[in-house]
Amino acid sequence: MKMKLTTMALTALMAAGPAMADLVFPSLSYRTGPFAAGGIPFADGYADYFTLLNERDGGIGGIPARLLECETAYNTEKGVECYESTKGEGALVYQPLSTGITYQLIPKATADGIPIHSMGYGRTSAKNGKVFSHVFNYPVNYWDGASVGVNHFKKQAGGSLEGKKITLLHFNGAYGKEPIPTLEALSAQEGFSLNTIAIDYPGQEQKSQWLQIRRERPDYVLFWGWGVMNQVAVQEASNIRFPMENFMGIWWSGAELDVIPAGDGANGYKALQFHNVGNDFPVFADIQKHVLDAGKAAGAGDQIGTVLYNRGVYAAFLAAEAAKAAQAANGTKDITPAMMRDAMEALKIDEAVMAAAGLPGFGPEFQVTCENHGGGGMAAVSQWDAAAQSWSLVSEFEASDNAIIEPLIMADSKAYADENAIEGRCN
Amino acid sequence: MPEQLVFAMEVFLNGLMAGVLYALVALGFVLIFKASGIFNYAQGVMALFSAMTLVGIMKGQVPFAHVINAIFGTDVHYFGWTVPALLAIMLTIAVMVLFAWAVQKYIFRHLVGQEPIILFMATIGLAYFLEGVGDLMWNSEIKKLDVGLPQGINEAIDNYTFNIFDYGFFIDNLDIVATVIAALLVGGLVIFSQYSKEGRAMRAVADDHQAALSVGVSLNFIWIMVWSVAGFVALVAGIMWGTKSGVQFSLSLIALKALPVLMLGGFTSIPGAIVGGLIIGVGEKLFEFAIGPMVGGATENWFAYVLALIFLVFRPQGLFGEKIIERV
Amino acid sequence: MFYREAGDFKTSYTDDSQTFPIKFDRYRYYVVLGVAFGVIPFLINDYWANAFLLPFLIYSIAAIGLNILTGYCGQVSLGTGGFMAVGAYACYKLMTAFPDVNIFFHVIAAGGITAIVCTAFGLPSLRIKGFYLAVATLAAQFFLVWLFNKVSWFYNYSASGQINAPERTVFGVPVTGANTEAWATYLFCLVFLAISAIIARNLTRGMQGRKWMAIRDMDIAAEIIGVNPLKAKLSAFAVSGFFIGISGALFFAVYLGAAEAGDSFGIQKSFLVLFMIIIGGLGSIFGSFAGAAFLVLLPVALKLVGVDLFGWPTDIVAHIQLIIVGALIIIFLIAEPHGIAQLWRVAKEKLRLWPFPH
Repeated sequence: MKMKLTTMALTALMAAGPAMADLVFPSLSYRTGPFAAGGIPFADGYADYFTLLNERDGGIGGIPARLLECETAYNTEKGVECYESTKGEGALVYQPLSTGITYQLIPKATADGIPIHSMGYGRTSAKNGKVFSHVFNYPVNYWDGASVGVNHFKKQAGGSLEGKKITLLHFNGAYGKEPIPTLEALSAQEGFSLNTIAIDYPGQEQKSQWLQIRRERPDYVLFWGWGVMNQVAVQEASNIRFPMENFMGIWWSGAELDVIPAGDGANGYKALQFHNVGNDFPVFADIQKHVLDAGKAAGAGDQIGTVLYNRGVYAAFLAAEAAKAAQAANGTKDITPAMMRDAMEALKIDEAVMAAAGLPGFGPEFQVTCENHGGGGMAAVSQWDAAAQSWSLVSEFEASDNAIIEPLIMADSKAYADENAIEGRCN
Repeated sequence: MPEQLVFAMEVFLNGLMAGVLYALVALGFVLIFKASGIFNYAQGVMALFSAMTLVGIMKGQVPFAHVINAIFGTDVHYFGWTVPALLAIMLTIAVMVLFAWAVQKYIFRHLVGQEPIILFMATIGLAYFLEGVGDLMWNSEIKKLDVGLPQGINEAIDNYTFNIFDYGFFIDNLDIVATVIAALLVGGLVIFSQYSKEGRAMRAVADDHQAALSVGVSLNFIWIMVWSVAGFVALVAGIMWGTKSGVQFSLSLIALKALPVLMLGGFTSIPGAIVGGLIIGVGEKLFEFAIGPMVGGATENWFAYVLALIFLVFRPQGLFGEKIIERV
Repeated sequence: MFYREAGDFKTSYTDDSQTFPIKFDRYRYYVVLGVAFGVIPFLINDYWANAFLLPFLIYSIAAIGLNILTGYCGQVSLGTGGFMAVGAYACYKLMTAFPDVNIFFHVIAAGGITAIVCTAFGLPSLRIKGFYLAVATLAAQFFLVWLFNKVSWFYNYSASGQINAPERTVFGVPVTGANTEAWATYLFCLVFLAISAIIARNLTRGMQGRKWMAIRDMDIAAEIIGVNPLKAKLSAFAVSGFFIGISGALFFAVYLGAAEAGDSFGIQKSFLVLFMIIIGGLGSIFGSFAGAAFLVLLPVALKLVGVDLFGWPTDIVAHIQLIIVGALIIIFLIAEPHGIAQLWRVAKEKLRLWPFPH
């Protein structure tokens, strides 16, 4: 009798639960600390897109999306604390926007069954879905970026980089050292000589590094920075009158706030992007109407169309599409993290899906599979126009050199699998 | 002339300029330590706060805008006016004097006579406090600081050295301006402390608090004055560094660059800060140029400290510091 | 009334020289141990372990280490972050090189390695004193972080430069890696803390501790009466390094799981541990615990109140947190410069006489 009562009470509770449930998307943001300038627009974009879905469509599949914002200040320990405090709320996917925090969360989230989407950052070899079951980094990773950048320079040089000098100016940490193996493999293949110059955190003083570049006169410079070192690098490059069209940054070094302080000197600086730039998309008109004008914007509202804001919108769009797919695949509106993970593993983004969301041509088309959690690895090159004060794409979304990158990914993920005794899946 | 030697000369000159910028920050530390024995860790944050206040006044930002908007639901960010650079600098100096008065009245008056490490920790607490207030007042986005200082390569030197060495030296205009301003500042401070009544009173307080009290020097006034001057020095340093890299949180980390300068030059000597700055600047740049590529670069962070450490082993009080006399 | 020494006679030298001579203190100690070992493991959950208990235990060990160096021996050190990194990387290399040896021994060995490194960086203390030494230890901090970033051997040539703690078990229960239970990690750290605290307390109570305190108070006079400053200072660095190394190894292996030198062991860590011992009380083992508890609990409490209770925007809460932490530190230093331990000592003194005023 007692058992029956308890079971009835439990079922009553569980039945009562879903009626009030919503789709929880935690936002591990950093609006303070050394990288706040980059974290604020991304967090705003992420939040505004979900607010738009709630206001305009009543949520995803009719269930409102709930954003749980937690301040990490780009600090790893706070990131872990934010994860622990939000995971119990039914969090569907984590996007930490920090390589350090991502590394921390990979084993924890895998054990707790919650997927991580480290879009264009984090552990590059997580593309290998056979080893990393709960980590996704579509649509592109750093190694793809390095390859696309080198290809762009190759085209600019007339088809061959034989005998040229390329310098990688990078942040002296995990994030900055990521492209080195790929670039070394590419230098052997393409015939250019590679030199790496490290910048220590915070990178406020880069006189030595740029004097070295001025002495060595490389033909092209690739730049992997984040935070204040971006502005300083662009400023110093314009100070030594380095030809800006030969200077390309990764997508985290290619935002408005990195180039505006340098004024006209930054004209022609290039950056890799994995999504489109500018605010010429129908979704921004919707955001203006339903979110900004209604006073529900997450920030000051002046960031629409900027590179990092667009990236936040793109991240939210990908998460929302995966949630929609999960709802459709499981026939229920209330999805669990496991359903979310499965939907992310089968995600297909093409022009039709993007156009339907008001983002035509916003990003590359890609398909996620069990083996490939990294999408197609396509990136485009954008260039800064100082007079117009805007970024614009100067190339199509192009694929990277998979022949070089694939073996590197396999090797790195195998090392992780061996260290942690993970057996391959997807068989 | 061999190419490496020419390069080394360029690095040497740039090191001197970088050293001047470090010395600017170290000056603030020296002033406060000399007068009150407090090692002011908050000097870096004061540079950040003063630079943020300057930009905020120049752009006509509403202080505490984010908090006001959050509480009252309004959407104000700017007053709508802009203030010319010189007037804004005057107003910022006034704010720093107010800050010095507040710090003296609420914090250090209660901590008179405490051990140096307690005072040091109090300044760390002050640094956190000031950082939080600065972020709340003026928000943590990166801001461009433009008070009219020139930037970019100095063409004259470039052409001149090219004619001599077949390689044009890169000397940044901003660095030249910073050197001139630092020279003026140090000259002004030395004249002030040697030849003016208040300056002499300051040196008396630095020597012995009780003796100064007994000849009628107001400790309180001197300490407020010292903190105000340190605030002004912080503002100058903040303007220099802020023009180079924009005004944002990392500006407060320049204090860490100034610490080896202090170690080397001695905590209590103004000329020591300058000489120490020059030695550290040249040393770290030359080391990075010569040995850096062999060990993989990015050695600047720690080499400055190692260099200062080596000097300290031979002169434990720094090059120009007061000799530490211990009595048993 | 409770805190009576009357009627408590000791009949042997061992009894007379024990750490807690007053009966109330002894029973209080047993109760705390009982609750810590016997009650909390059953009540603990993931969030409380990760947000408060584990950092508290780990930072307590680091605070004990730094207290021995700065509080008992008077050598101000700002290199704590770098030494914790040494402990963490040593533990990682041992874990990956000898996967069959129990992690318990790896942590202790990591402490030993850190003791050697710390002694090496403590050599300047023989010549440099006071704030100059503090800034000199920053050289250790920055150099060690640079070293672990630069030399790929330390992170086993991984492409990213981060170290990951593989899963290790103690008596069959996992204590590192992702599949740990809250109570297992908690007990593992608690065992280390208890042993460290007992060792530290007895060291500081004995001859070695008195030598350290003599150096701290007046090192020239100490040298005159026969305390060897070289041995005393270097032994302080060594013992301190041992504890800080253990703390760093636990911090990486049990708490974080993955670490990068610049990110997790930067100068902020050094300042944090220094804060802990100053707020807790220099020269006191209890002070290390009190300071660690204060500084670990404060941000969590502030966040809970600010975000969850009042629903303010997260960045305003983060800024207010900074303001409150800074203000509290200053207020604390003005009100009680000798830390929480001093408050505790004064309270105990008053309790011994209570209800009589004097």
